Amino acid sequence: MDLSPIWLTLKLASITTFLLLLIGLPLAWWLSKGKSIIKIILEAIITMPLVLPPSVLGFYLLIAFSPQHGVGKWLLQTFNIQFVFSFQGLVLASVIYSMPFMIGPIKSALQQLPASLAQASYTLGKTPRQTFLRVLLPNIKPSLLTAIVLTFAHTLGEFGVVLMIGGNIPNVTRVASIAVYDSVEGMDYAAANTYSLLLFCITFVLVIGVFIFNKAHAKSPLE
Amino acid sequence: MISIDIQKKLKAYSGQQWLKVNRDFADGSITKIYGPSGAGKTTFLKVIAGLVQPEKGIIKVDDRVWVDTASKITLSPQDRRTGFVFQDYALFPNMTVQQHLEYASNDARWIQKLLTIGKLETLATHKPLYLSGGQQQRLAILRALAIKPQILLMDEPFSALDAAMKAALISELKVLFNELKATVFIISHNPQELEGLCDEELMIDTEG
Repeated sequence: MDLSPIWLTLKLASITTFLLLLIGLPLAWWLSKGKSIIKIILEAIITMPLVLPPSVLGFYLLIAFSPQHGVGKWLLQTFNIQFVFSFQGLVLASVIYSMPFMIGPIKSALQQLPASLAQASYTLGKTPRQTFLRVLLPNIKPSLLTAIVLTFAHTLGEFGVVLMIGGNIPNVTRVASIAVYDSVEGMDYAAANTYSLLLFCITFVLVIGVFIFNKAHAKSPLE
Repeated sequence: MISIDIQKKLKAYSGQQWLKVNRDFADGSITKIYGPSGAGKTTFLKVIAGLVQPEKGIIKVDDRVWVDTASKITLSPQDRRTGFVFQDYALFPNMTVQQHLEYASNDARWIQKLLTIGKLETLATHKPLYLSGGQQQRLAILRALAIKPQILLMDEPFSALDAAMKAALISELKVLFNELKATVFIISHNPQELEGLCDEELMIDTEG
């Protein structure tokens, strides 16, 4: 039994979640403060993966990063980076595809905090960064955990977008969801069942963990 | 001397309203602010603190310009360091009583003194969720005082305190204000509440 798709999936989900945490925290904080036309457009773009068929997103990423032309060609010639049919391509696609799952809960939680919390901190002489790290962030812990777990779990389950940009290269881009599909195509139902069961169990443990941790803090674990 | 001449547009159901204040306040004075609901009393305090920007005007504190809309000068709230007691207390749910004061000040002796004045020594390790309304309000006052502010802005600071606690705290605060040489602005709906504490009054009403 080849377990490399499971390890590859866990590696992809961990890297994606880590990168999205770095990008998502400041971005969600910025989006939570006030409204402007730029913010509305950006938020709509971030939300698109929720409603767009994954194959559509994957198709455009495939075209955009094709090494034959445009950005893909430039990246290959300048930095020797190729996003198509490579692990870094999967990471890029996953970061874009899972972004609303990281940004949404954090932004919503920050908006629900009373404005006076940050204002009180400012009057005490604290900078916006100090205020974010010492006052705002500690008070949205349940939502932060929800965002991390949702992003991780969602990346585990990606199929269409990773198939389009990554293909099905063993040990490189063949993640668990693709291995399930590939096994069924090859009539290997036992392998498909093992991959599916492992994905189901990992995801279930993650989600139930959030439910238990958040039960004292939120009305709904996905809040 | 604090010199204030500002105009701030207020959102209201009945069309556009203006908050207009043009007055000087002596250093160390304690001013009671009163007026009808929605007249902009809280907004006035926030304009002084730098949390809200006026449409037009100047604020000078001891000849230092805090706001001058004509010259586009606006000092940040961090640079003004006014003590602010919020109406909703704005306590940090993740911090204990002690941590609130340590977040504002590094002076351990001052923190201890404030805890004693606010009668919160025994509750130093408690988070706001485990404090009564009165205790929360006292903590909000102590936190604002922790930075030893030159100007203290208090929005309904005694509304949740019982009469005995209020009287005891006000008498302690009078000494403290004097020690800090702080200029104090207090919003209150209860005319009797601040008797003997304030030496100035400011009526705030809107103009259409």
